Amino acid sequence: MIELSDYLILGALLFSLGVAGIFLNRKNVILLLMCIELILLAVNINFIGFSAYLEDIAGQLFVFFILTVAAAEAAIGLAIVVVLFRARGDINVASLDAMRG
Amino acid sequence: MEQVIFYIFAAVLLFAGAMVITVRNPVHAALFLVLAFFNAAILWVLAGAEFLGIALVVIYVGAVMVLFLFVLMMLDINVAPLREGFARYLPVGALVAALMAAQLGGVILAEQAGLTGGMIPAPSGETNNIQVLGALLYTAYVYPFEIAGAILLVAIVAAIALTLRPVQRGRYQRIGEQLATSKRERLRIVKMKPRGGGAEQ
Repeated sequence: MIELSDYLILGALLFSLGVAGIFLNRKNVILLLMCIELILLAVNINFIGFSAYLEDIAGQLFVFFILTVAAAEAAIGLAIVVVLFRARGDINVASLDAMRG
Repeated sequence: MEQVIFYIFAAVLLFAGAMVITVRNPVHAALFLVLAFFNAAILWVLAGAEFLGIALVVIYVGAVMVLFLFVLMMLDINVAPLREGFARYLPVGALVAALMAAQLGGVILAEQAGLTGGMIPAPSGETNNIQVLGALLYTAYVYPFEIAGAILLVAIVAAIALTLRPVQRGRYQRIGEQLATSKRERLRIVKMKPRGGGAEQ
């Protein structure tokens, strides 16, 4: 038998890995998107663990909707990356200073 | 037995996640992310969420990660300048991650939270996960379901509108106008007097 806390600890560790990835790869837009996918996966693992523990199917439905929204986000994010690459020739976040932010 | 399987796949999942954020080549990172999704799908199936496990493989590995790999390979990215801050941000990134993991672990393992010791019941063979999910999705959650469909439609339109290039301005045929012309517009009959010369007569 698997404990609920096993799933929660796994989700917490994966979430921390995703956050660390955002720090480490802050220049590369595509890797930032991948780290967001990792974070969403960690959240989904939490949802699935609680859904199984409480025997409530609503948690799995939320995972379903998160997957939908994450797929849409990835598609639009990659489209923005392609446009960015066409306009500037690279995808370095550090060179995105046209608005002097 | 279940626990052993869980720990093996959880270990591979964490390893894959660590490799995603540390490998030099973004293509390798994407492939490690695929490995992570596979392991997560197995863990979900282990918890009784078969449909979502399959959906994760089909949607993420089959569609989203292929899209990532496609973009990575289509764009000719010079990796070296994107990696230059890696060693500098490694300590702060590791510190923040360790702090966050410690805090989350502290909350999860605390006595007051009451999250420890709870066993996940083994999925019973009687209930059909897909049937239960569908029965709820098309009744109580039909409104969010339709919103999800609208979000996907907006995403399609947005992605196409962002990447669509305007038609190249150049020389091209206007076939409709070509076919609509009459003989009068194109052909001019000129009457000319023959030039008076000696040799031809």
